[in-house]
Amino acid sequence: MTRDMTQTDDRTPQTPGAIQGHAPADLAGMIACPRCDAVFRAIEPAPNQRAICTRCHHVLIAPRRRAGKRIIAVSMSVLILLVAASAYPFLSIATTGLSNSSSILDAALAFTSDGLLAALSFVLAGLIVFIPAARAVLSIYVLAPLVLDRDAFPGAPFAFRLSEHLRPWSMAEIFAIGCAVALIKVADLATVSFGPAFWMFALLVLLVVVQDNLACRYSIWKALGE
Amino acid sequence: MKSARQMGLVACQYCTRVWPGETKICGRCGHHIRSRDPVSLQKVWALWTVGMMCYIPANIYPMLATETLVSSQKNTIVGGALELGRHGAWGIAIVILVASVLIPVGKFMAIAALAFGVTSGSRLKPHTRQILHEIVEYVGRWSMIDVFVVAILSSLVQLGSVASIHPGRASLYFALSVFFTMLSAQAFDSRLIWDADAPPEPDGPPVKGFGPVSQITPDTTFDFPFSAGAATLTVASATERRAEPPFSDPQTRKDSPT
Repeated sequence: MTRDMTQTDDRTPQTPGAIQGHAPADLAGMIACPRCDAVFRAIEPAPNQRAICTRCHHVLIAPRRRAGKRIIAVSMSVLILLVAASAYPFLSIATTGLSNSSSILDAALAFTSDGLLAALSFVLAGLIVFIPAARAVLSIYVLAPLVLDRDAFPGAPFAFRLSEHLRPWSMAEIFAIGCAVALIKVADLATVSFGPAFWMFALLVLLVVVQDNLACRYSIWKALGE
Repeated sequence: MKSARQMGLVACQYCTRVWPGETKICGRCGHHIRSRDPVSLQKVWALWTVGMMCYIPANIYPMLATETLVSSQKNTIVGGALELGRHGAWGIAIVILVASVLIPVGKFMAIAALAFGVTSGSRLKPHTRQILHEIVEYVGRWSMIDVFVVAILSSLVQLGSVASIHPGRASLYFALSVFFTMLSAQAFDSRLIWDADAPPEPDGPPVKGFGPVSQITPDTTFDFPFSAGAATLTVASATERRAEPPFSDPQTRKDSPT
């Protein structure tokens, strides 16, 4: 099912003159690979099929069934979990009668004690909490009208572009692996226990991955462009 | 197969829309588009250098300062990992060494190799270099693990005089180094990898008429309406077929006439 079946079409019957001056409608039916710049005539694959660039094998189009609704659902869960996970204690340690617990925002803002490092705190808070939250909000803003067959909200193309731009800077899942490493580091220093936010965050990491894999950029841009 | 530049067109890298060559802003997504960024490699090298400059103090200064009742010590990145190893936690030591030494150093080398490959040619196939770029882009963010570990530890381990952990100066430099190498990898335009194979037409940009255009088809094609009309799906010309990857050889095509 997932074999990369690709081929080229050399529309020989058409003389170059037939497409001379390339009308805008002609260009609208084409797709350029963002990785290698090869141009193709786009043919919409059916849901769960993929269209792949013949030159660099980059996945160009990968529509999913009811992707819009599913992304909105996942984005809402991400938002709820992020708010809850930020408020509840995340990890707590105890040793010789002393104990301390910390939430995700505590961890992100751990650097505020030192002047120079304080800037890093806000960046970390952004990477762990605010950027994933912003991406969820932007996804809902862009997709909600499309799912309801309405006109896109004003600024939707900008919102989607921003969301795509933020994608590499959303580091919730890396933070989760960081937790695992930190746990083992303090394990022999003190007893560590998980707060409710820890499990919420574990779930959240899975949802962020699902959110990214559901989205077919080409389909969303096409819907926004109409 | 032709690139947008060869056809005198310009493609939007955000939304994959194709526009006439003189277009400056994509009409669909509003992104500023240009066929190739003339200073792409300069940006790559500038950000690469800043990233490298930050990586040096990141390894010299302490990453973590641990104070317990009996001792107080400051660890650098490598020192901290070796310390863990001495306590028997080699698995974690390896995770940290991979994330904060192997990946950053490998990333510096890979970005440099990609940039050199564009300016002075490369023995690697374009497809290999493309995969290298994708790996660098994907893996780059994971170097942040060590900074997050420091953040978690220093917020969690605050037990007064019994034990406390404070972040060291290196964490800032290390985070900056990761950011700048991520930006450097993003500044690299992977289309440059493929341009050596497909130089622009010698007689200037052919703005009028660009001849045949390749066509992508979905990966399973049996039940598709257009595959029934075989007349429109003529086999690619001989030169194009040679450039194609092996799996799209006509013999292996599922939709070839049976």
